[in-house]
Amino acid sequence: MKIHEYQAKQLLSAAGVKVPRNVVAKTAAEAAEGYTKLGGEIAVVKSQIHAGGRGKGTFKQHPEQRGVVLVKSADAAKDNAARMLGSTLVTIQTGPEGKLVSTVLIEEGLKIARELYLGVVVDRESGGPILIASTEGGMDIEVVAHKTPEKILREPFDVEAGLRPFQARNIAYRLGLEGPSIRAAEKMLTQLSKFFIDHDCSMVEINPLVVTAEGDLVVGDAKVAFDDNAMFRHQDLLPFRDLSEEEPMEVQAQASGLSYVKLDGNIGCLVNGAGLAMSTMDIIKYHGGFPANFLDVGGGANVDQVTEAFRIILADPNVKAVLVNIFGGIMKCDTIVTALLTAYDKIGIKVPLVVRLEGTNVDLARKMLAESGKPIIVGTDLTDAAQKAVKSLGA
Amino acid sequence: MSILVDKNTKIICQGITGKSGLFHSQQCRAYAKEHRPGEDVFVGGCTPGKGGTEIDGFPVFNTVEQAVQKTGANCSLIFVPPPFAADAILEAADAGIGLIVCITEGIPVLDMARVKRAMVKSTSRLIGPNCPGIITPGVAKIGIMPGYIHKIGSVGLISKSGTLTYEASWQLGNIGMGQTTAVGIGGDPIIGTTYIELLAMFEADPKTESILMIGEIGGNAEIQAAEYIKSHVTKPVAAFIAGATAPPGKRMGHAGAIISGGSGTAAEKQAALEAAGVVVAQSPADMGTAVKKAIEKRK
Repeated sequence: MKIHEYQAKQLLSAAGVKVPRNVVAKTAAEAAEGYTKLGGEIAVVKSQIHAGGRGKGTFKQHPEQRGVVLVKSADAAKDNAARMLGSTLVTIQTGPEGKLVSTVLIEEGLKIARELYLGVVVDRESGGPILIASTEGGMDIEVVAHKTPEKILREPFDVEAGLRPFQARNIAYRLGLEGPSIRAAEKMLTQLSKFFIDHDCSMVEINPLVVTAEGDLVVGDAKVAFDDNAMFRHQDLLPFRDLSEEEPMEVQAQASGLSYVKLDGNIGCLVNGAGLAMSTMDIIKYHGGFPANFLDVGGGANVDQVTEAFRIILADPNVKAVLVNIFGGIMKCDTIVTALLTAYDKIGIKVPLVVRLEGTNVDLARKMLAESGKPIIVGTDLTDAAQKAVKSLGA
Repeated sequence: MSILVDKNTKIICQGITGKSGLFHSQQCRAYAKEHRPGEDVFVGGCTPGKGGTEIDGFPVFNTVEQAVQKTGANCSLIFVPPPFAADAILEAADAGIGLIVCITEGIPVLDMARVKRAMVKSTSRLIGPNCPGIITPGVAKIGIMPGYIHKIGSVGLISKSGTLTYEASWQLGNIGMGQTTAVGIGGDPIIGTTYIELLAMFEADPKTESILMIGEIGGNAEIQAAEYIKSHVTKPVAAFIAGATAPPGKRMGHAGAIISGGSGTAAEKQAALEAAGVVVAQSPADMGTAVKKAIEKRK
């Protein structure tokens, strides 16, 4: 679960991590008030969306307007916020459709001496959390890692003990910090690692981490995401979820216990198992087609789930054919065909439907399909099914 | 021969009184009965608070420790719900269970980090979580896979995915091949046993003549495996990597199946495996034939 920058800063601040003084605004008037309240000469107005690249991003409705702007008056705060709020911000991370801005963050301007990078993620290799730091703050860290890997500092830390103060100091010195910044870094890094563990985060990214002219360390921008599997013990974080940032069909699928990811092709896929679902997308592409989605109905696949799965797939207007690929293991193929036929009647499928079945009770299941009288195209194996699905588009 | 599982494996199920736990324990027991009639392979289960009872002929114990004492179990199959699964794994390790197979999907990743840390000094081996389990065809099934798809044979199978493993086993069966052992390692970011350890076991297993490795996007375990194969594996290896068409930054069902920061792509994994001399199937329909090709290539 991803959250907005302003929410991340709110949580980080509560955990003792230093963030700039700020005001959250939902209207232009609130933005102006926020500027006045902060009382400084310079403030920053930042569009709040779940995507990076906002500073260089522009709005569909206002091509001259950037997603993050420095302002020097309440009027400027107001005018910029007015253009941002209710408009669609397009950045390199949002895709051409962009994202609607409904909140802006007004923040005090900082006297920036240096910009660093800090991140905490789960490291598969060491099997635990890892702190990543770099002197190249404000840059895309993946680009830094690719071009100058020596500028990336990696410090795995113990999931029980958290980042130890000496580890934090090591990183601080390696980042070239000095004077009061060392103590500030020790505090911030240990707090950040504790925050990561306490909240079951999947990612915390502070980019940039600002070293102020006074040598203090302050969070410039913050990205925080939580482990979906751990949300059961963080009910207090659920209100931070912004459903408007998520693909509506993915939200609906999740509520029905289905795993669905929308893609931009035209062949819908309905598959049991994540690996087979990915492979089904792959084989469609291999035979010259384009998958419209990833969809794993899971091991249970009952009538309700299959019906819901069809509904979700067919709600995508791009879908011009559907490929069902089921490998019946413990779940018998005939059970799935029963679900399939029921769903077929309920939904009224109007695009070509190719079904490939294999596994337990497959003969009975194929017979049921053949006798159903429905115009279902049967694929004899994976390749045949994928080819037939691709071909059905031309027919 | 086989790896991990043999005729001395005695299995219990943690979470045996739950719906899935009971169903799959019954299936595993039936598999053992069919292939090794008269032998006691699946010996009971655990559910705290239900010790002393029996469920469909399985004795139920309160703790794994008690189950081990009474049954001599050395393997545990875990179906405990995600919030309690990490504790269940550690309980099994503490009771001296040598092989722990965790099927549970959805365990918080930091819980697995804690398990990993706690098991550093343990002699127990964890398979999974979020996996279909292990099967040594004709000997024992410890998992949720349909037993009959897996034929006895000479291919060592290692996979991150469940149904894709079934698909591969079925393809192998169609060309007259089977497996020594098939291991589902799981689709989570932090897992108990990864490719390299299993590659080493299959390399050392005299009955295993070739290896099929099924991977997917996310992380770099397949790339590390490729490095290992290059320097340590003499047997023919074939592979398939799922998710060539997956978009970056999106989780594809499995918690670990995500391309992040442009790394963990199918293309880079395929390239690394090919560079290590592995025959990589481009289509998931060709996993079985890829094994055949890998064997022929070595002749």
